[in-house]
Amino acid sequence: MSGRFVRLGETQRPPVTLHVDGQPVTALEGDTLMVAMLSSGGTLRQSEFGDGRRAGFCLMGACQDCWVWTEGGDRLRACSTLAAAGQRILTSQPEATWPAQA
Amino acid sequence: MACPSIIVVGAGPSGTRAAEALAKAGIRPILIDEGRRDGGQIYRRQPDNFTRSYEKLYGTEAGRAKALHDSFDALKGQIDYRPETLVWNIADGHVWTACGNAQEALRYDALILCTGATDRLMPVKGWNLAGTYSLGGSQVALKSQAVSIGHEVVFMGSGPLLYLVASQYVQAGAKVAAVLDTSPKGARIKALPDLLALPGMLWNGVQLTRALGKAGVPIHHGVTPVEIIGGADTGVNGVRFRTPSGQEKTIACDAVAVGYHLRPETQLADLARCEFAFDAGTHQWLPRRDQDGRASTAGVYLAGDGAKILGARSAEASGKLAALAALSDLGLPVDSGETTALRRDVANYARFARGLAKAFPWPADHAAALPDEAIICRCEAVSAGDIRSVMRETGAIEANRAKAFSRVGMGRCQGRYCGLAAAELIAAEARIPVEQVGRLRGQAPVKPLPIAIGEEK
Amino acid sequence: MSAASDIIIVGGGLMGSSAALFLRGHGLSVTLLETDLIGRQASGTNFGNVRRQGRALHQLPLANRAIAIWRKSRELLGADVEYLQSGHIRVCYRDRPELVGAMEDYAEKARLEGLDLELLTGNALRSKFPFFGADVLAGSYSAMDGHANPRLAAPAFARAAQRMGANIHENTRIVDAQKVGEDFLVTAQDGRTFRAPILLITAGAWGNALSSQFGEPVPIVPRGPNMSVTEPVPYAIHPAVGVMTPLEEETVYFRQVARGNIVLGGSTRGPSYPDAYRAFVLPQNTMSQLKQIRRLAPALGKLNIIRVWSGIEGYMPDSQPVMGPSATTSGLYYAFGFSGAGFQIGPGVGETMAEIIARGATDIPMEPYQISRFAE
Repeated sequence: MSGRFVRLGETQRPPVTLHVDGQPVTALEGDTLMVAMLSSGGTLRQSEFGDGRRAGFCLMGACQDCWVWTEGGDRLRACSTLAAAGQRILTSQPEATWPAQA
Repeated sequence: MACPSIIVVGAGPSGTRAAEALAKAGIRPILIDEGRRDGGQIYRRQPDNFTRSYEKLYGTEAGRAKALHDSFDALKGQIDYRPETLVWNIADGHVWTACGNAQEALRYDALILCTGATDRLMPVKGWNLAGTYSLGGSQVALKSQAVSIGHEVVFMGSGPLLYLVASQYVQAGAKVAAVLDTSPKGARIKALPDLLALPGMLWNGVQLTRALGKAGVPIHHGVTPVEIIGGADTGVNGVRFRTPSGQEKTIACDAVAVGYHLRPETQLADLARCEFAFDAGTHQWLPRRDQDGRASTAGVYLAGDGAKILGARSAEASGKLAALAALSDLGLPVDSGETTALRRDVANYARFARGLAKAFPWPADHAAALPDEAIICRCEAVSAGDIRSVMRETGAIEANRAKAFSRVGMGRCQGRYCGLAAAELIAAEARIPVEQVGRLRGQAPVKPLPIAIGEEK
Repeated sequence: MSAASDIIIVGGGLMGSSAALFLRGHGLSVTLLETDLIGRQASGTNFGNVRRQGRALHQLPLANRAIAIWRKSRELLGADVEYLQSGHIRVCYRDRPELVGAMEDYAEKARLEGLDLELLTGNALRSKFPFFGADVLAGSYSAMDGHANPRLAAPAFARAAQRMGANIHENTRIVDAQKVGEDFLVTAQDGRTFRAPILLITAGAWGNALSSQFGEPVPIVPRGPNMSVTEPVPYAIHPAVGVMTPLEEETVYFRQVARGNIVLGGSTRGPSYPDAYRAFVLPQNTMSQLKQIRRLAPALGKLNIIRVWSGIEGYMPDSQPVMGPSATTSGLYYAFGFSGAGFQIGPGVGETMAEIIARGATDIPMEPYQISRFAE
């Protein structure tokens, strides 16, 4: 699947399957969640303030632009989180239902 | 003092050498780092299961990188190493740490802050589009994940990193559409005397430019960025810029890596109540320190790029120097010959750094020229026009006041990427020197802290 | 030669700024003097609750007066201070069931002052507010309360006052105030002097430094509020939420702003340094606050805080402000020491003090706030 990031090597790594917006995504062990998501998709999240989609910025945990939601209502910083089997990620805000999940 | 507690924050070049010097003196320091692995940014280590060689990853710096990593690996048994741990606040002689949701307050007799740097950014209209990355970020993508940030990448900005990362991308097989250097060609010649302080490093720069030319990558000098263009949902699809003669050109691409050298991460020094002073050479507020790295707060030492941008090699020397200063202040014996030699080293790098600032100046004047619709604060989507109209309405001309009214710098990143440019914009609008605008007041947590912190499972 | 006006106000927080606006409305010339920048201390750093519920009953007429002003604030000030009338609910925990009786008792009495409260428990509480944790027993809901943005409020009042002709001097720290003949002479640190026949002290935690100069010291204690804010999340929580409890550590509150951030406040509080104009949130107090927030609304436990802050508030031993005329000096008035509960009533305080000064009297009961209650 074509994404924003382009793999230039190191592709001989075991695959890892996670879900993004309900769809399975195959990443490679050692990928960060950001790389996993952007190797198969173009963006990570919606900016809260109406200026469109975001795809991270600094990749070093400084800009805080790559926070994504999980289906369970948790928050993950994609550039500093390893992609792992079983992750269920959302690239849109969970809307007004989030406080009912505890 | 019976076995003082010394804490080092940051496992990059300066933190590693500081910890090493402490271990050598018989201390078992606590070394706290946010990353999964040691190395910091420039010597960032790839994941365990990656196979690329040091030469491939670090080029001319391969030897230094290997030496640093080997030193750290040898150190591990002699230090209390806390990876994936954030220091989120400092108070009453303790650092407060978070590792996932686990929290711990650690007491120190001496604290050595080696917090490194991030890219320094000057916003351009459209830099908030998906596909725009910092120069450092584009390098992390390659070095630590073996990916390119896009199918066709434009590198834009100024500083030694610009040519380095662009050429690393070319060598790794990525498609580089262009290098857009905002520094005027003449600036490097003016800076030559200072750049010669470290001749080896200057030669590296020349080699890189040649390599890019050979690969057919168009390089434009003295450009003014005009806009990063693209769609709100699809992201970047080009970069528009102006040449020195005033001609506007557009280059098609799906990724832009942008940066203007570096800015130190000084938030912990701020929380430790260290005094800051305005550095006219770089238009930044830096924590005060003496020649050995002592900050104004007793027991706090500052080393590496986290105190002042002097580069990775200087960072190693200043980390060691700070450790020796801490040991000496705690009444432990220190080799004064070593201290003298390190001071000399650091002084040489300072000359080189001055040369870099002259060769690759911070484009302060770009801020005033930003159109109203250009986003300044990415976190809060605050535009240049928002800041200007708040200033007109409220008369705010001070950084924290402008933040309170316009929300610039109020987002998750606490002004790391918008603060410097916002200050230039405010200064230009108010017609005052940027020093008078002041600096954003640091507040804990230095990075987002989970509300679940300290929760018992 | 000192600058002269009808009134000098010392202290540019919400009390001083709103008083300046309303005094201009009465046609009096006003000079407002502020040490730093308008609204930077308690007025700018507090939680932002605009609530009548929970106040001492004698404060309700003042609070009712204030709410009328909040409701028309956009028109009055020509600025948006983000006032949201989205309700306020204060809850008690299962381990203090007796507080339900206290809530009912308060609701009965408050109704007589025009404040309508609704008591909710069990399913009624949880279906309306599904975010409450299991320990929450009951809540008292005030539909007509709400919240606003403290960073914006006092500056907006001051700008409106300035447009109406008030003279405002920021970066003007007053070091001396005396009555000389018929006038008050007030001196700034840089030597500038100001003169007026009437002096209003709205200097917050610094109020005692000035009241002492007129033989009326008061036992004011500076405290720093414990404030945090989350990243922006989808807007879902409408009322401001608080806890009714005798324990300081359990007294937490939160409110979600329209942009999505959730402001958290309360639990144990740290010191503040009025001389240095700084206050810091101690990390252990952040830990205590977040623990209590998790208990109150577990879903918030999935979010991150991105910033903490504090400020300098002045507390009186009976938690009631010093308001009204001086007991020793004619022409001297006070409105300070709001004990962490001044934000909602602020505009009402300004309007009432203006009325007292301009007209000589007010219908608002002022007896509980007299400075003479601290006289030896």
